Amino acid sequence: MTRTLILGGLLSGLVLAMALLSLIWTPYDPAAMAIPDKLQPPDAAHWLGTDHFGRDMASMIMVGARTSIAVALVAVGIGMGLGVPLGLAAAARKGSWLDEVIMRGNDLIFAFPSLVIAILITAVFGPGAINAIIAIGIFNIPVFARVTRGGALPLWERDFILAARVAGKSRTRISAEHILPNVANLLIVQGTIQFSLGILAEAGLSYVGLGAQPPTPSWGRMLADAQTMVSLAPHLALVPGCAIILTVLGLNLMGDGLRDALDPRLRQVRR
Amino acid sequence: MGTYLLRRVLSLVVSLALASVVIFAVVEIAPGDPARFMLGVNAQPDTVAALRAELGLDQGKVARYLAWVGGMLSGDFGTSYTYRTPVAQMVADRLQVSLPLAGYALVLSVLIALPAGIYAAARRGRPGDVAVMGATQLGIAIPNFWFAMMLVLIFAIRLRWFNAGGFAGWDAGLWAGLHALTLPAIALALPQAAILARVMRSALLDVLGEDFMRTARAKGLTRGQALRRHGLRNALIPVLTIIGLQFSFLLAGGIIIEQVFYLPGLGRLIFQAISARDLIVVESVVMLLVFAVIVVNFAVDLAYVAVDPRLRARS
Repeated sequence: MTRTLILGGLLSGLVLAMALLSLIWTPYDPAAMAIPDKLQPPDAAHWLGTDHFGRDMASMIMVGARTSIAVALVAVGIGMGLGVPLGLAAAARKGSWLDEVIMRGNDLIFAFPSLVIAILITAVFGPGAINAIIAIGIFNIPVFARVTRGGALPLWERDFILAARVAGKSRTRISAEHILPNVANLLIVQGTIQFSLGILAEAGLSYVGLGAQPPTPSWGRMLADAQTMVSLAPHLALVPGCAIILTVLGLNLMGDGLRDALDPRLRQVRR
Repeated sequence: MGTYLLRRVLSLVVSLALASVVIFAVVEIAPGDPARFMLGVNAQPDTVAALRAELGLDQGKVARYLAWVGGMLSGDFGTSYTYRTPVAQMVADRLQVSLPLAGYALVLSVLIALPAGIYAAARRGRPGDVAVMGATQLGIAIPNFWFAMMLVLIFAIRLRWFNAGGFAGWDAGLWAGLHALTLPAIALALPQAAILARVMRSALLDVLGEDFMRTARAKGLTRGQALRRHGLRNALIPVLTIIGLQFSFLLAGGIIIEQVFYLPGLGRLIFQAISARDLIVVESVVMLLVFAVIVVNFAVDLAYVAVDPRLRARS
């Protein structure tokens, strides 16, 4: 266990705990407006202050964490669910037309930054959290396909795979039983990185109005609301901004720490 | 080299064609009829039909796709549904903001990242390295639009060194234009610089372990001389790829930053078009962004081969 992993795990765990706690308890109702209490700086009654409608920022941050985590998690799920089988199939049939089609398809998706996918989807179907999930998820597919293929290719040259083939196992079965468990570490690390990128992407999409719609609280929307009032009440921007930074930082540190912990070879030549 | 170039050009053309089909198909499934949308719900059916014919909407999907692609190839992006002006002209106007912004941010990113990465690599494991790496971790985690808001708060509202937003156009002078784009460019450059600095550092560390570096030292070069003459040149190869990738990210990422600073670039154009359901504008701007990504990646691939003789031999 490295210090990086512990620190990253603690930060990520804190955000996750906050999101889970918001399911049963928040200091105030995050939607309850109290105009007389608007734009209060942080104090004992409102730990993180109130917004321009007098809503409790701490409660909004807690519920917003749920939105961020849900969007990023499902987007990683889509990316893994489709990308990993594609990567395994491409590696199992290296050099075949299937490999070529999958990899060229990946290149094609890579040409569409997630923001551009979101713009296209929103232009056609309208904004919303679901469309943000789809946009980020589609962007994740080629990432996982490449990592899986890259990790699987050298494995196919190894003796234990040869033994499995001699034993008469099909390429599909070998992929599932022998290749997948051996690339799992890579996938966990990449999953953490994509999760943190998903949090950032969700915040950006919500900020420009392409993500979660009101009344669903989201960190990106809180920042969009804060924009015109940031000079009056800087905490409106500081609080959601710090929530995003700490979450992403925690996940990135956890990814780095996991990579070092899961791959002993990397640990030896660590820089 | 000849066949390599031919293969790459062919794959470039196929990628662009496929991307255009995908974009066209996605916009095609959008519900609603643009002609009806432009004329309002109370329009007479024959007026709608006439406008549909004028916009070419009465033709088949394949014919319309070919007309769209053919038009773009000759610089005709169609006519905006809401503004009734040529999309190409609107895009060209907006690019005068978005392209310089992306270029400015790229220059800043390189100017910050390369020295930081080289410094960290040279001080590997020492406090300077740890500080730079810590700063890059933070830089990657900071959303650029939030950083942009903080820059506005500090440098525009509190210190009044810059305007909080807006762009008067290049007619106001080069200096005024650059001044207006400085805060947006810094905000856009920060996360990219953090990534680039990390790539620069690890590329340089990889090179430092190579045999030719030891040979250079054995020849009597100092550590610094060996680094400058042999190390940097080799380490720049992966860095070049990332710089290429970043340009397209900066162009797309500018869409969000333009919102913070109220800049009249592609970003604002595309969001106005989305809310007005001006799909032909959305279609064309998205195609332009994807075109930029694909072409820049292609150029980076070629630059790769030009810079590294080993790759030339292999291809």
